[in-house]
Amino acid sequence: MPGLGARLGRGGATTMQQSLADSDCIVIMGSNMAENHPVGFRFVLKAKTRGATIIHIDPRFSRTSALADYYVAIRPGSDLVFLGALINYVINHPRWQADSFFHDYLVHYTNAAAIIRPDFKDTEDLAGLFSGYDPHARRYDPSTWQYTTAARATLPGVSHSDHHDYQAPQDSEAQAETPEEPARPRVEPERDPTLQHPFCAFQLVRKHFARYTPELVEQACGVPQDVFRTIAETILANSGRDRTTAFCYAVAWTQHTIGTQIISCCALLQLLLGNIGRPGGGILALRGHATIQGSTDIPTLYDLLPGYLKMPRALPGYATLADYLRSERPQTGQWYDMPKYLVSLLKAWYGDAAKPENDFAYDLLPKIGGDYSFEAMIPLMRDGVIKGLFCMGMNPAVGGQNAVLARRALANLDWLVVRDIHEIETAAFWYDAPEVKRGELRPDQIKTEVFLLPAAVAAEKAGSYTNTQRLVQFHEKAVDPPGDARSELWFVYWLGKRLKELYAGDESPAGRQIAALTWEYPTIGPHHEPDPIAINREINGYTVADGKLVPGYTALRDDGSTACGCWIYSGIMPEEGRLLSRRRKGDDRASLEWGFSWPANRRILYNRASADPQGRPWSERKKWVWWDPEKQQWTGYDVPDFPVTKPPDYQPPPGAKGLDALPGDAPFIMMPDGVGWLFAPTGLMDGPLPTHYEPWETPVPNLLYPSQPRSPVAPVFVRSENRYHDIGDPRYPYVVTTYRLTEHHTAGGMSRWVPWLAELQPAGFVEISPELAAELDITNGDWVVVSTARGEIELRALVTSRMQPLTINGKTVHVVGIPWHFGFGGLATGGIANDLSALIEDPNSLIHEAKAFTCAVRKGRLSS
Amino acid sequence: MAADPRVGTTGARPGAMGFLTDTTLCIGCKACEVACKQWNQLPMDNFGFTGMSYDNTGDLGATTWRHVAFIERIDDHTGRRPVKLQPFQSNWLMLSDVCKHCVYAGCMEACPTGAIIRTEFDTVVIQQDICNGCGYCVPACPFGVPELSLTDRKAHKCTLCYDRLKDGLEPACAKACPTDAIQFGPVPQLMERARKRVEELHQQGVTSAYIYGDRAVGGTGGIEGLNAFFILTAPPEVYNLPAQPELPQRRVLPAFLSTAAAALALGLAAWRALRGVK
Repeated sequence: MPGLGARLGRGGATTMQQSLADSDCIVIMGSNMAENHPVGFRFVLKAKTRGATIIHIDPRFSRTSALADYYVAIRPGSDLVFLGALINYVINHPRWQADSFFHDYLVHYTNAAAIIRPDFKDTEDLAGLFSGYDPHARRYDPSTWQYTTAARATLPGVSHSDHHDYQAPQDSEAQAETPEEPARPRVEPERDPTLQHPFCAFQLVRKHFARYTPELVEQACGVPQDVFRTIAETILANSGRDRTTAFCYAVAWTQHTIGTQIISCCALLQLLLGNIGRPGGGILALRGHATIQGSTDIPTLYDLLPGYLKMPRALPGYATLADYLRSERPQTGQWYDMPKYLVSLLKAWYGDAAKPENDFAYDLLPKIGGDYSFEAMIPLMRDGVIKGLFCMGMNPAVGGQNAVLARRALANLDWLVVRDIHEIETAAFWYDAPEVKRGELRPDQIKTEVFLLPAAVAAEKAGSYTNTQRLVQFHEKAVDPPGDARSELWFVYWLGKRLKELYAGDESPAGRQIAALTWEYPTIGPHHEPDPIAINREINGYTVADGKLVPGYTALRDDGSTACGCWIYSGIMPEEGRLLSRRRKGDDRASLEWGFSWPANRRILYNRASADPQGRPWSERKKWVWWDPEKQQWTGYDVPDFPVTKPPDYQPPPGAKGLDALPGDAPFIMMPDGVGWLFAPTGLMDGPLPTHYEPWETPVPNLLYPSQPRSPVAPVFVRSENRYHDIGDPRYPYVVTTYRLTEHHTAGGMSRWVPWLAELQPAGFVEISPELAAELDITNGDWVVVSTARGEIELRALVTSRMQPLTINGKTVHVVGIPWHFGFGGLATGGIANDLSALIEDPNSLIHEAKAFTCAVRKGRLSS
Repeated sequence: MAADPRVGTTGARPGAMGFLTDTTLCIGCKACEVACKQWNQLPMDNFGFTGMSYDNTGDLGATTWRHVAFIERIDDHTGRRPVKLQPFQSNWLMLSDVCKHCVYAGCMEACPTGAIIRTEFDTVVIQQDICNGCGYCVPACPFGVPELSLTDRKAHKCTLCYDRLKDGLEPACAKACPTDAIQFGPVPQLMERARKRVEELHQQGVTSAYIYGDRAVGGTGGIEGLNAFFILTAPPEVYNLPAQPELPQRRVLPAFLSTAAAALALGLAAWRALRGVK
């Protein structure tokens, strides 16, 4: 999410899967779309039927590759080299330089012309580091990355890992905020519209990627130069006024220590190619679970509030509501309205306890004091700091990094509540885990009290999913759950009720937090299930005085007169009895009457960019949204992601605020300057420009920056149970990547117990090339042991030409692949792939590096 | 060479409903296998890792009525992997196999009890309350479709969701298929669609595409067409399908005549020998 958020303004897919049918070229990279998004893939095939070119770039020839026109084998973890080389190729290409389309898009819709401070140093200047690095703290001070005004540009709503938090010093030259309106200082950089200034964003990009050549791609990625050039030509030929190219990516980009930067590099490339905001273009972040998008929109993440407001930190910069706004709220762009969203959220949560006099109960919000992400929780559990855990629809004994350590951590809890539909490994570890079976851990030594509670399945509960394209779809329940099985909604609601009873009258800070929460919903049915419609009302928002639903987020206020559970969903229920996420009327264009797509039912984000600076479609073939000069408003096939009546030639008066501060040709309304960022002064912990670093575990050196091979700021977990391999460690010579199969779902809790799914992929396996199999004397179907410093597992060998060795820097590098669904429970069992992986994070998203690390492989079984 | 006039033709009767399974759109997701099992409440079977690519099902049987086969043809014989691929499905072939619901069905002709019938949709269905488990249908099918169940000893195969068709619904597998590789409808309409699709594929560079289940290929030897037919891109044998199947019943008369001729010849020789003995 931060990868797209930092450059474009929102951390989410910029388009919808249906729009792929309008693509002229679809690049699927860091994704196995056909296997993991089979329904969405139908639109790829529609594009193919219309003549599009489908390119799949992946270490494995998968079911996606089988349907592609080009298959490019690439070394896991080298994606940024490939994308950077595409950037270098494009900006030095005569066609790109000559075509006015690319020039106009670049100058009007990006920050190419913005000038950065002259003391900024690139990785090319400092052998792999940007200026401002503190090697002891392992973090950057981004002051030298800023625009020439030296006022810190901010991008609210983007997660930072907490121990890397940085507070910029106040600049006395910056325009001070007025006391009654706390906000960040305004940012107005110097600009060079000719793009010649050596410190303008465009020139810095050019210099940064100058050594990302086709030769480097061949050496670092294992992709022959002529193949790279063919791909680059195809992408460029299918971008422009009349043609668009889309990129589809999934967690094979996200799950790296540089995952955010890989994604951000694609955003940079797509801005240069003018594909963002256009039909058949954009970036389709293919998120996994049915409602994973919903789980970050109305988040269960520790560092986000609903609608991508940042959770406040336990720092002086967030002590009061005004402090928070001074730290987070820009004076320009859509986020200027942040107080309306935050105050309305506080009114929804704290009701009457939230008053103007008490900062709307802002002091009751939790404040973050550390890294509380998933990976950080494991050592805290292992060390006895976290004593109890609720595990709902999650299986850390199998599904998270360093599952060996995770199971030890579970064994150290006082209590563990597992809510699931099967007795997953996380509930059964205490008698069934490998270490228990081996006698290393005895059940009578494990003090954890395990509560296994039955959960309802999808058909037994009403509610909505928010899928990867921000589309909210509500579904009814078919039957009541059997016996004691209950939905998460029921469980959390009634748990909250009991907590409120326990804390009633408690005046301590902890007590007041619980007591002040509004927690009354009507319930329905024999199980007293909270009414999801009532919750939708709160999410949509209403005026407090009369309880009347608001039509959308523009009706929200910062004075306590409105309440809203999630401002980006506001408008989902604009009037009583009309829940837009229930609608199912589709068409061949935007399907505006199918579900509700946040924000405000917009389907393609940044769609102002589908028209030229004057508001005309770039071409008839690619028209989507355009300016109607007679009606004096934006119109077209989609809801405009732009103020509907702002003319294309609008110029903001000096001192204008919020959206009024952005001109009529600035499509990226969430950005403080309204443009997509080629160079990102803020928002990312590891640099303003995407840089290739090797995976933490890798068999080869970093060919670009030999003295800084790995990410300088990736959070590491140094402990004996989490040992990392050295670069090029000969004991672990093979690259291993983990991934999903169509037949199973994540850590297996929903599929390995289901007979019809279990029989399709009944056993864990490792995919090995015939070349490596010959070296290790392995035949198809043999048992093999795969090991790392964290653990070892046994799997069946699937010897297949779909895996191939690559030549990296003159040396043969073998890649093996392991599906990570398998565990010791259920019908379909197998070695736990995550027993091999280590705790290590991307510094921006705190996501684990699961897609590239190293291992050893030998024929045989664990006992041999 | 003159075009074979049997290409794209079928002997399907009026009102025939069937499947077009277009492998060029198949992504091997197995939604068809799961939807079929769930609708028909079939148990899991043959459980175990086969090592046969992603096919752990093996083949059609008494309790598997849709089976996705996987055939890996990734590299050339020197070990080089391809970069430029044929459009649509290629190099890793994936086929959702099913009962062919033959226009003239070997299983039906072999069935001695009349359990196997031709429905009003021109599909072939085994009536479970009549089937006596004799197993004659098993060797009579040129495609190896019906099988005797180990549980109830009767023959079972795809019903083309007869119960769903009676309620105006499409079969479960066609409903579930995310890419519309499996299409359901009137057979002549599907055949027309398949002819157009093959032509489009040829124009887009998939010159190896053809229909399997017309009178020219797959619906041969007296079968006169398959109501559940396919678009393939490699010879039938690659998919473990017979290229020129034949109804075994057509061998009955020649077999009888050659037996009779052999009996006559041997009888004549014996008579002569015995006459000589006297």
